[in-house]
Amino acid sequence: MKDLRKFLVYFTLIPAIAIMFAFPATGISQQTTENHEQATDHAMDTTKMEGHEGEESHACHFHGDIEETEFDATNTAYHHIADANVYSIGSFNFPLPCILYSKGQGMDMFSSKKFDFEFYGHGDGHKAYNRYVLTESQVKHIVDPSFPLGEADLEGFTHDVTTVDGKTITNVYACFQGKHYLLEAQSTADGGLFGGGLTSFYDFSITKNVLSMILISLLLGWAFFGIAKAYRNRATLAPKGLQSLVEPIFLFIQDEVAKPFLGPKWEKFLPMLCALFFFILALNLFGQIPFLGGSNVTGNLAVTAVLALVAFVVVTINGNKHYWSHIVWMPGVPAIIKILILTPVEILGVFIKPFTLMLRLFANITAGHIVVLSFVGLIFVFGKMGQSVAGAAGGFLVAAPLTMFIMAIELLVAFIQAYVFTLLVASYIGAATEEHHAEKH
Amino acid sequence: MTGSIVAIGMGLAAIGAGIGVGSIGGKAMEAIARQPEAIGDIRSNMILTAALVEGAALIAIVLSLVVK
Repeated sequence: MKDLRKFLVYFTLIPAIAIMFAFPATGISQQTTENHEQATDHAMDTTKMEGHEGEESHACHFHGDIEETEFDATNTAYHHIADANVYSIGSFNFPLPCILYSKGQGMDMFSSKKFDFEFYGHGDGHKAYNRYVLTESQVKHIVDPSFPLGEADLEGFTHDVTTVDGKTITNVYACFQGKHYLLEAQSTADGGLFGGGLTSFYDFSITKNVLSMILISLLLGWAFFGIAKAYRNRATLAPKGLQSLVEPIFLFIQDEVAKPFLGPKWEKFLPMLCALFFFILALNLFGQIPFLGGSNVTGNLAVTAVLALVAFVVVTINGNKHYWSHIVWMPGVPAIIKILILTPVEILGVFIKPFTLMLRLFANITAGHIVVLSFVGLIFVFGKMGQSVAGAAGGFLVAAPLTMFIMAIELLVAFIQAYVFTLLVASYIGAATEEHHAEKH
Repeated sequence: MTGSIVAIGMGLAAIGAGIGVGSIGGKAMEAIARQPEAIGDIRSNMILTAALVEGAALIAIVLSLVVK
């Protein structure tokens, strides 16, 4: 365990980098429902809205204020896996600091308590602050410059569904003094690849996911500094307490992942691999705890993208000349094949490897959360939002065993995905650092 | 109506990955039966290969979530 000190350095670095990059990160829900296209044809939308104002079905309200008769399982699942500006433990909402930047208004820093959301409820803010509002626990921005700065009492939120180019888009509006103001979600880091894009403001807030990552980093840091101290003080004695829990896992990564894949250089990369493994594992498991925030950190594309970026940078920096020569100019292959097929494919492979690392972790964890949420949603579908108690009881009988079964599988998936991520990173590094053997073939 | 087409896509991806992971698991079982002493190597390679196959299905699922 002489690598433990180096491991601790990596251990603080990787979460720090991940947290840094995750600031402008968002869940996929608002990326798919909000679109920056609306910002440009905002004028058109407001005129369209005037026709809607008389309709009963689009009346302004705060979520939870009125009886909702129809349960929308898809939107509920998306809302729960998305990042939020409010930390919910059970049904209680705790405010988090908001750090927001928009071009016209500059930097804004305030607590999400300013939005005056209910401590027990759905996380809709009853007030707007500096043209920012809180709806479904997420901060959104009012684009219209005629909306007053500072605090303003809202009358509620409403939405309409339009179809642009065959795509269904849900626009969310804030109601203020009888008028509807279009809301925009924060800019997304992918620049529009997954339906997000650049909008009128950036969100650097300490969101639910960022807070979860900080908590987990502190917890793991506390645990591992304690264990490191124990190894110094009790070097010759048998492991005790947390040591006995962590040592087999540490040795497993060393013997099953680092040594077989990295060859003689395993000691150099073991700290990074262990830091990745424990960080991902702890976040996966933390996301499985029900009612405790229900954070979906490793199910957030931005977080997994940063983890994959760490792997990409390590592979690229450590790749030796044999690795690069096999990518750019494979020896022993006719030149025409190299130019037409091999080199393009190999260069694509350099980027596809971290890309699949990113998607694999994200999709596994997100899929698990969606399945659990869908099964829990069965109770509300059968119970017709509390109108039918017998239906809800029947739904519970169906949903409870299914949910428990899926959550048991998800515990397994949490371990397997952390292991697979580490294993693949090790195999990519191993392929990049392998020394050239004598020409046997 | 697009929802149903997305569901078909997810189903097809699941079929492909199911066949792949199934044959990996089956072959691994055979290999373990032949050489029980190599169980450790076989298990880690099985998980690695299964993860690679599963990746294709998960990319399809992500695309079906994104492309609406």
